[in-house]
Amino acid sequence: MKHNLQFDFEADKVKNTLTIRREFLAGRQLVWDCYTKKELLDQWFAPKPLTTKTKSMDFREGGHWHYAMVEPDGNEYWGWTDYIKIQPIDFYTSTDAFSNAEGEINESLPRAEWVVTFTDKGENAVVETVVTYKSLEDLEATLQMGMEQGMLATLEKLDELLVKLTGRE
Amino acid sequence: MRRDIFQAIADPTRRAIIVLIAVQAMTPNAIAEHFDTTRQAVSKHLKVLTECELVQPQQQGREIYYKLQIDKMKEIDHWLEQFRKIWESRFDQLDNLLETLKKQQQ
Repeated sequence: MKHNLQFDFEADKVKNTLTIRREFLAGRQLVWDCYTKKELLDQWFAPKPLTTKTKSMDFREGGHWHYAMVEPDGNEYWGWTDYIKIQPIDFYTSTDAFSNAEGEINESLPRAEWVVTFTDKGENAVVETVVTYKSLEDLEATLQMGMEQGMLATLEKLDELLVKLTGRE
Repeated sequence: MRRDIFQAIADPTRRAIIVLIAVQAMTPNAIAEHFDTTRQAVSKHLKVLTECELVQPQQQGREIYYKLQIDKMKEIDHWLEQFRKIWESRFDQLDNLLETLKKQQQ
């Protein structure tokens, strides 16, 4: 059941950007909703096996999204996104940050700027996410956080599981 | 150890040196010819790159050639690959959600 959907992942080590382009089997409006409504974001944003829990969200220019990624054992990692510019259903820009449950931003951890653009590709939608870090060290620190959160270890477990499952088919 | 690699490539001149010697090993003099800086400055950059094990000096006769350590550069790609996996997992879940939403709309 694997579709042949476009997926580009490019790192520009000079500009300190990550560009992630992905095609989805749905129209632009539906994909936009999944990115901008908390009840939908909660269903996909945290990579497996973590889940997403929104504490508050106000999707407008100057608004924010305060959420946690929750580990199966209940450990919570809090994030805070500020929305800067919004043009439905074309694009939005935002700044992300690590925070605590009270929504206080952790200034010692790197923040990144996001530009998320939605375009049509036939009946499908393509979402381009450009994440800009202040430096490569920031980019690395963010990944390091992911490692500490056990995200990567669990992802590797997921890979193993997928290999087993596909081998069985 | 990993942090060192990022210090190494944080500087634009060092990144340019890496690109330069990726094609072939070069002597400090040959490298310096490509830049508007002093030979001393280039030596300093080469010292940082050597300490980070991104380049390796090799004695050939009376000259020292600096060679890029490709494996070390791959370490950078390795953690980017891990980042990519996070996004893949995320998008797989979004695919499933979109599928569910489309069925509900019908």
